[in-house]
Amino acid sequence: MADALTLTATTPCYGLLPKSIGTCDLIETNLGRLTSIAPYKQSALSEALKDAHRLAFPAPNRMTGNDGARAIWFGRDMALLVGPTPDAALAEHAALTDQTDAWACVTLSGEDAAAVLARLVPVDLSAAKFKRGHTARTQLGHLNASITRTEADSYLILVFRSMATTLVHDLVTAMESLAARR
Amino acid sequence: MRLPCPICGDRDRREFYYQGSAVALSRPAPDADAAVWENYVHLRENQPGDLDELWSHDAGCGAWLVVTRNTVTHAISGAKLASEAAR
Repeated sequence: MADALTLTATTPCYGLLPKSIGTCDLIETNLGRLTSIAPYKQSALSEALKDAHRLAFPAPNRMTGNDGARAIWFGRDMALLVGPTPDAALAEHAALTDQTDAWACVTLSGEDAAAVLARLVPVDLSAAKFKRGHTARTQLGHLNASITRTEADSYLILVFRSMATTLVHDLVTAMESLAARR
Repeated sequence: MRLPCPICGDRDRREFYYQGSAVALSRPAPDADAAVWENYVHLRENQPGDLDELWSHDAGCGAWLVVTRNTVTHAISGAKLASEAAR
């Protein structure tokens, strides 16, 4: 997508975010490079990932790494490398696919963030069950999503880029109805 | 209704896609008798009680599961990966 007047490249949530409603903030997050990693053999790939990016291959429902470079569990036998350009050595042990422009990436943070997501997501994302570094492939409204708790009160949410408007609409509606009840 | 995905844990039914009885896991040999193939393609038992079914965890890990569901009570008594069940 490009801006209609200037023809400059735009981000998935261009013109939609940021939003600050009630106690919650919703911002678009630039994660850098996104690469899906589908290992041929997980043990060999895990070693290569440690050598190249100092990341462990994440167990199901978990994320490894931090702001600079993360590996987010992304489905059966799949992880998403977030941040760095993948080292060429990884290609020996896994199918690597560039996903950089394919996902709308937003961060929902604030006191009520868990309560907002509780209205949309059929998984318990409260702090007791879903701690920092936990992730889930699940649904947000009707959208297939990847949801990761990156900080105590902050969630990283990824959906297909084409669903950016629906994602923001669903989240903003939930944020507004929650704020109205406070 | 919640299904116990072996990878993701207990998940809501809306994350899954239903395929039906897990007959596809016992596909006859290519040169099997025509009657065997007819049975495989068209005939189903449809008896009340525990039934092995194929469910896809579409909105989750993406794995195909064999879920054992009681067709009378809807009680789920187990789930395993289809890749393991087929071995």
